[in-house]
Amino acid sequence: MTASEAATDAEPDGEAILRTDGLTKRFGGLVAVDEVDLRIDRGDIRCLIGPNGAGKSTLLKLLMGRLDPSEGTVFYRGADVTDLSQHDRVRKGMSMKFQVPAVYGDLSVRQNLHIALQQRIENDIDTRIDERLESFGLFEEAGTSADDLAHGQQQWLEIAMASALDPDLLLLDEPAAGMSARETERTAELIHQLNDQGITLLVIEHDIDFVRAIAQSVTVLHQGEVFAEGTITEIEENPDVRRIYLGEGYE
Amino acid sequence: MAGETTTGVDRSTADGRLAGVRDALEGPNTLGNSRAFWAGFVAIVAALLAYPMMRSTYYVSNTAFLLTSAFLGLSLCLIWGYAGIFSFGQVAFYGIAGYAFGVVGINVAGPLGTMLGLVISVALAAAFAFVLGYFMFYGGISDVYVAIITLAVALVLNTFFGQTSGDEWSIGDAPLGGFNGMTDIPNLAIGVGDAAVVVEDVAFYYFIVLTLLVTYLGLRVLVNSDIGYVLVAIRENEARTELLGYDTKRVKLGVFTLGGALAGFGGVVYASWGNYIDPTVFGLTFAPLPIIWVATGGRKWLSGAIIGTFVITYVSQQLSVLGGQFSMIILGSILLIVILVLPEGFVPQIHARLPWLLDRLPGGESR
Repeated sequence: MTASEAATDAEPDGEAILRTDGLTKRFGGLVAVDEVDLRIDRGDIRCLIGPNGAGKSTLLKLLMGRLDPSEGTVFYRGADVTDLSQHDRVRKGMSMKFQVPAVYGDLSVRQNLHIALQQRIENDIDTRIDERLESFGLFEEAGTSADDLAHGQQQWLEIAMASALDPDLLLLDEPAAGMSARETERTAELIHQLNDQGITLLVIEHDIDFVRAIAQSVTVLHQGEVFAEGTITEIEENPDVRRIYLGEGYE
Repeated sequence: MAGETTTGVDRSTADGRLAGVRDALEGPNTLGNSRAFWAGFVAIVAALLAYPMMRSTYYVSNTAFLLTSAFLGLSLCLIWGYAGIFSFGQVAFYGIAGYAFGVVGINVAGPLGTMLGLVISVALAAAFAFVLGYFMFYGGISDVYVAIITLAVALVLNTFFGQTSGDEWSIGDAPLGGFNGMTDIPNLAIGVGDAAVVVEDVAFYYFIVLTLLVTYLGLRVLVNSDIGYVLVAIRENEARTELLGYDTKRVKLGVFTLGGALAGFGGVVYASWGNYIDPTVFGLTFAPLPIIWVATGGRKWLSGAIIGTFVITYVSQQLSVLGGQFSMIILGSILLIVILVLPEGFVPQIHARLPWLLDRLPGGESR
């Protein structure tokens, strides 16, 4: 089943697109993710925030199958996917962008997208690549090696690749890290565009202005546990969140 | 990008069919995607075919021997250069197939025996690569550990075959022969009964040239296909590739198995050429050679692997005639210099520096 086929039928009634049940990851004595119950509904843009070491990236890796949980279950569209391989999760409609841009550095931007798109495009792949290059602002760079792109462009290229499979759920680990204000703004636009196309997003981010620009809901992770959840306004006004993460003087 | 696009070309015409063939053979994963390249390619093939008419059987047979190494070089190029799997023990598959060919060829008389030997040996090498690859890739082993394990396997085989002297180490009528090796391996013969052609001397040369040609063109189609893109993607970033929905372990296992089969074919033709094989094919002196050939020529390109293998094998043969034991030291130095100065190998360098020549050839459209 391709991602686009998966997108045609929604979850069973009342079922979230992604749900975790007691998800836990221990590294020796360290509990990186501690009994996390997460629920993301279709259409959401959920931001995952929290201090360094809160377990955000580990949680994303558990969701995507890059790490095996010590305990707990991951449900994707109502089905238990805890034991599925990464590529099987991708084929079911999940996708992910890594924290550090993971593009094929020696290959051209066009070849990068070719690798992402060739699975679902039979004919005229070049036209489809052009369309994506255009919408991600990379058309001029088509022949450039990915290593020679600016950092922000690499992030966009990876988002373009991760979203090329028409996923239902896209996990983005710090998509705006290291970007200029202008690039950050453009990234927020891209995220809204993807959401308008029907993609549900889970985004790890530190830049609270960026979170405010994109988030429909926010989950705060602290010491591996879900610390708070709500709209961005609720989170910003939560005195405990201000204490552990945003800072007491946060305006 | 991926060669010249043929969208809209009518494939029922001769030009259309030619465009279709070129489309399959060309792409960013191979060097030489121009008419000038193919003109040069045809000229080289023609020269190779004409060569036996110009030189004595001794030279022809020796050139054939140099060309047989190309299968081993191509097998390493495919799995290391394209897929990033650094096998230090590619010679294991080469040697296993060589021995298997000897065992079957000696036990089953006539052309049938050698043809059967060819098929069984290549299949055995592939099966061995499949089993080894399965445990490595599904066991989560990668990078330098693959090199260590594959080298260890080759060295274990070296020790094992070294201790197979004595009558108890015979398979049917074929004594394995310990360090002295297996002798009286028959020449490959193709055909039935009296109509069979024994593939030796000039016939062997033509057999090698044609099989190498088919292998090279076949691999060009493979690496320029979607699968080729996935191989390159795995080499560049396996984690990203897995997260684009590709079953990277399965792809790696598949290409490693194919690499085993190719190396195995090389071992069969080697054993058939010399009518002999011994445990040094698994040894520490031989195991790094494919790496030197392929790294020197250009591991990421099929033509780099073939040219590198031919040139280095030729040079080392000349060196051993001249300087005996110095040849390995000089080969090692060549490898060091190449890694430091031309990390991508000399063939892509030459390819990149000759566009002006390609442009000046008829219909030149260099890339």
